[in-house]
Amino acid sequence: MTGNGPAHGPELTATAAAGEAPQSAGVAGSVASTGAPVDEGTPSFWAKLSKSSPLVALILQRLALSVALLFAVSLMIFGGVEALPGDFATTYLGQSATPQAIENIRKDLGLDQPATTRYFKWLGGAIQGDFGNSWASKNSVSEQIGKRLGNSLFLAFFAAIISVPLAVGLGMLAVQYRNRMPDKIINVISLAAISLPEFFVGYLLILFFAVQMGVATFPATVYDSMTIGQRLSAIALPTATLVLVVLAHMMRMTRAAILNVMSSAYVETAELKGLSSLRIIARHAAPNAVAPVINVIALNLAYLVVGVVVVEVVFVYPGMGQYMVDAVTVRDMPVVQACGLIFAAFYIFLNMFADILAIVANPRLRHPR
Amino acid sequence: MTDYTRYLTSQVTLGRMNRREFMGRAAAFGITLAAAGTLFDTAAKAQEPKRGGNLKLGLEGAAATDSKDPAKALSQFMFVVGRNWGDMLVESEPLTGQPVPALAESWEPSADASTWTFNIRKGVKFHDGKELTVDDVIKTLQRHTDEKSESGALGVMKSIKEIKADGDKLVLVLTEGNADLPLLLTDYHLVIQPNGGLDDPNAMIGTGPYKVTSFEAGVRATFERNTDDWRQDRGFVDTIEMIAMNDATARIAALSSGQVHYINRVDPKTVDLLKRAPTVEILSTSGRGHYVFIMHCNTAPFDNVDLRLALKYAMDRETMLEKVLGGYGKVGNDFPINETYALFPEGIEQRAYDPDKASFHYKKSGHSGSVLLRTSDVAFPGAVDAAVLYQESAKKAGIEIEVKREPGDGYWSNVWNVQPFSTSYWGGRPTQDQMYSTAYLSTADWNDTRFLREDFDKLLLEARSELDEAKRKDMYRTMAMMVRDEGGLILPMFNDFVNACGKNVKGYVHDIGNDMSNGYVATRVWLDA
Repeated sequence: MTGNGPAHGPELTATAAAGEAPQSAGVAGSVASTGAPVDEGTPSFWAKLSKSSPLVALILQRLALSVALLFAVSLMIFGGVEALPGDFATTYLGQSATPQAIENIRKDLGLDQPATTRYFKWLGGAIQGDFGNSWASKNSVSEQIGKRLGNSLFLAFFAAIISVPLAVGLGMLAVQYRNRMPDKIINVISLAAISLPEFFVGYLLILFFAVQMGVATFPATVYDSMTIGQRLSAIALPTATLVLVVLAHMMRMTRAAILNVMSSAYVETAELKGLSSLRIIARHAAPNAVAPVINVIALNLAYLVVGVVVVEVVFVYPGMGQYMVDAVTVRDMPVVQACGLIFAAFYIFLNMFADILAIVANPRLRHPR
Repeated sequence: MTDYTRYLTSQVTLGRMNRREFMGRAAAFGITLAAAGTLFDTAAKAQEPKRGGNLKLGLEGAAATDSKDPAKALSQFMFVVGRNWGDMLVESEPLTGQPVPALAESWEPSADASTWTFNIRKGVKFHDGKELTVDDVIKTLQRHTDEKSESGALGVMKSIKEIKADGDKLVLVLTEGNADLPLLLTDYHLVIQPNGGLDDPNAMIGTGPYKVTSFEAGVRATFERNTDDWRQDRGFVDTIEMIAMNDATARIAALSSGQVHYINRVDPKTVDLLKRAPTVEILSTSGRGHYVFIMHCNTAPFDNVDLRLALKYAMDRETMLEKVLGGYGKVGNDFPINETYALFPEGIEQRAYDPDKASFHYKKSGHSGSVLLRTSDVAFPGAVDAAVLYQESAKKAGIEIEVKREPGDGYWSNVWNVQPFSTSYWGGRPTQDQMYSTAYLSTADWNDTRFLREDFDKLLLEARSELDEAKRKDMYRTMAMMVRDEGGLILPMFNDFVNACGKNVKGYVHDIGNDMSNGYVATRVWLDA
């Protein structure tokens, strides 16, 4: 395998160089296809659109950019996996590899072809929505990912619907009682939770609720034949862990953003008008503090989907993270690519969503001068 | 209890021996009749298998990339999955390692051990209702040996030249005589499948005691008992649930909270803590796997036999066993064979830590400067610690070892079998011949010590076809001495397989063949309510 290392070098750079051009070509193509009438037919239409409904224009622009980003991501993943020592055949067989078995696997998967050919073959399939089959298990990637992604979203959804309102609510509460006991308690507890590594929080919860008290379900493995009730009981502990992990970040951002607004003149006016402080926070301060808070929430939601591999491992939860790590370990390219693209898509989408919401929430951003 | 009586009672437990037979053998061994009678009763009663229940296993080693094809089974998880639904032609006796019949009822070698005839068991049904024929067996073996094969058993099967039927018997013709052939067929990849698995290698249909009811790679597998099983002395629980648990702490938590009945790969460092749990039993089985430090005999400075000897004497094996394995293992003697192998050459003097001898040989070698040792925790758990311990013990002999930690990713392709001095791990092989042919024959792909000795190769081939056991054992002694004194292998320890189960799990068989009762754990145990 070492022998192949240097030989791969120039090939790889060649791929990168060759990949660059078609990638931008692909982007141009896709932009053209999404906004074909815009660009070519009436050039002034785009200007008109961005003036009359800047939001739509922004969304279209962002969508086109995301497609470009996804291409770049796929190229980087491919390059990254190529650059790792060893290919699928050697890593999959590990110490038990024989030269003949390696040769057979390489031939079977077309690994003997140059990297460029392999990348474009994959790209051709992916554009048509065919992510191919996993090299290791030979199963369809989309089918397997569907299941794993469903599990990840299930967990993320419940963690989110608990943590987001809780964080925002606690943040408001902290402002209401700022620098008094409730504020301090909320701060200390949430900081303590974020300071502990997530696996440690997980182990603590397992130790108390599953091993010693025996009230929680562990392991959190979910499978097809489970009822919804069983599923919910299985994800109780991982959900609690995730809530503890993401809570502090969002809560502190809410607190800081609202406090920032609270010092402005119009809030003082509201106070002088004699409004109750909770009403000031909820009606007058919070809407203007929403933009930074939404951004932090979006980042945390993205984390809940793509960044929880450690929690998955600790709780034996079959989510996307574990799936991708397994695939990277053996260089199972189709799976790594598909997982990477989905993760990237989530980040891009959630960030875009956050931007749009921030604009909608703030009229000043909606009509830029 | 001595090993032999333990063996006898286990035979009773497994239902392989009746009272009369047991009493006869026990008496021959010098146990009084009354004592033997009691022994039989307790063995039979205390361990009368109970049927029923759902057995849950929490196992390390599963990945989403696991293939359902037994030819490509690599992980610990798939190893057990295959044993649940399938059978090989031959099994190995748990305590002696001798070949015992499975789907092959009996076998007969030719005089030079180069042609073997197997009688295939009749009346055995696959899970899909089809009856097992010699054709299925032939197709299976062919699938594992043909040129396009991606089978993990390819190396084992290389010596088979021709696979054919003789009526309803199977005939295997080898390239050269091999007295150990039946043991090679115990390889866990060689699950007999209908039509050899050519129709669908991933069907998971076999003749085993359990039928697969669901399987999700890297997550979970469930099984139900095969009511048509051709054997009655296995498959006691009704259903099996295997859960992939790659996190060591998660496994321990699951076992101690009673969520699973059995876990594998207990970290020797936490065994003592786990022992304190009242409901848990530690299962430690001596095995053939060994942790090694390997030097390339043909690369400077390790091409000097005195330097190699110096490095061998500079290893403090006892301390390393205690520190790295928590005592769960046996000290090694610089050849890859231990007493669990048939025809083990007894009485070879144990090499001990001897700084004086080490420094004597080191001076004689004329080497100066430090020796570079590459390691990674991928090589074996605790390999980096072991390397540092070695560095310390060598320092006392005046030998300076420089420890270089390599990235775990790609260790097997970039460091092991490439760099001249590194740490590594070897799993056992079914026979001494297999072990030596895999890693010590000059032409072997995995000759990771670059041990290139014509006289050794010749002896290995001679021993392979020698049917006289006494002569064969003698040859193995000579070979062991060659590797021990002249080879590039430093073998500080053989590791035990450390697993754990709940106290309600009964009938666990400590199988020297491989980890997890040689993969048969789920088919051998039963649950005591």
